[in-house]
Amino acid sequence: MAAAVAAMVLQRNLFSVVVLFSIYSFLMATVLVALDAVDVAMTEAAVGAGVSTVLLLGALYLTGGTEAKRLERPFVPLVLSIAVGAVLAYGSLGLPAFSDPQAPIHTHVAPRYLQEGPRETGLPNVVSAVLASYRGYDTLGETIVVFTAGAGVIALLRRRKGRR
Amino acid sequence: MKDDIILRVVAKLLMPFMLLFALYVQFHADFGPGGGFQAGVIGAAAIVFYALIFGLRAGQRLAPDWVVEKMLAAGALLFAGVGLAGLALGGNYLDYFVLGADPVSGQHRGIFWVEAGVLLTVAGVMLKLFYMFAGRGRDAGDE
Repeated sequence: MAAAVAAMVLQRNLFSVVVLFSIYSFLMATVLVALDAVDVAMTEAAVGAGVSTVLLLGALYLTGGTEAKRLERPFVPLVLSIAVGAVLAYGSLGLPAFSDPQAPIHTHVAPRYLQEGPRETGLPNVVSAVLASYRGYDTLGETIVVFTAGAGVIALLRRRKGRR
Repeated sequence: MKDDIILRVVAKLLMPFMLLFALYVQFHADFGPGGGFQAGVIGAAAIVFYALIFGLRAGQRLAPDWVVEKMLAAGALLFAGVGLAGLALGGNYLDYFVLGADPVSGQHRGIFWVEAGVLLTVAGVMLKLFYMFAGRGRDAGDE
């Protein structure tokens, strides 16, 4: 994955960047499968490697294939992104160890979902039960976000009939 | 890509399986991984795949533009409507327990419709985005 990212940064040809991005997404999906997050892996493979690659290629067809050479040296963005990355890495040191059963996230509501979920909702798959039932409001919000994004793109890209 | 016989044949062979897999992911989410979001994306990807090979017009014959636009809103409304149905039957907003004869069947019904709403909206948005980008390129080429 690191190789894919490095090649993406160095590459000037946007077509190869899109293809590398798709490869990166696919590798990310395999990582997520290894982490037992099959739902997220499915989404990553379908959205990241599949549909968004097609959309990016469609956008590329409209804009042309090479990145413009920068005129100034991008020192400020470089320093800024390294600083933000360092802060994030520092913050991650404070997180509980990976798969620590005593981590706060595993002791709050998760035990109840795991124990009561199958009985209360009748769904053996706890992920679906949490997503659609316990966290119904969140999922409703997500659906509205997706809807709003689609409506925004329609509003931006649609040609008005009278203008031609 | 319309003239490549291998792509044409493979696309025609794969299409039913892709759509069937989308439905499987949608309706098997009770037991395995999946759900409305994933199923919507897979279904939309199948149609995008078809449109890539047979042309945008063929894709739009399969899933017409106006249907896709209605799907966007219908999904969100369906989800919100399940919430209102809970209210109307005397529960809280998005309370599925009151939707069926007993709590568990109510949950089943609620989750089914909610996932259907997510599927409609997600598939609609993906297809609409593709149509807008692809259609724009073709219009620009025509002008």
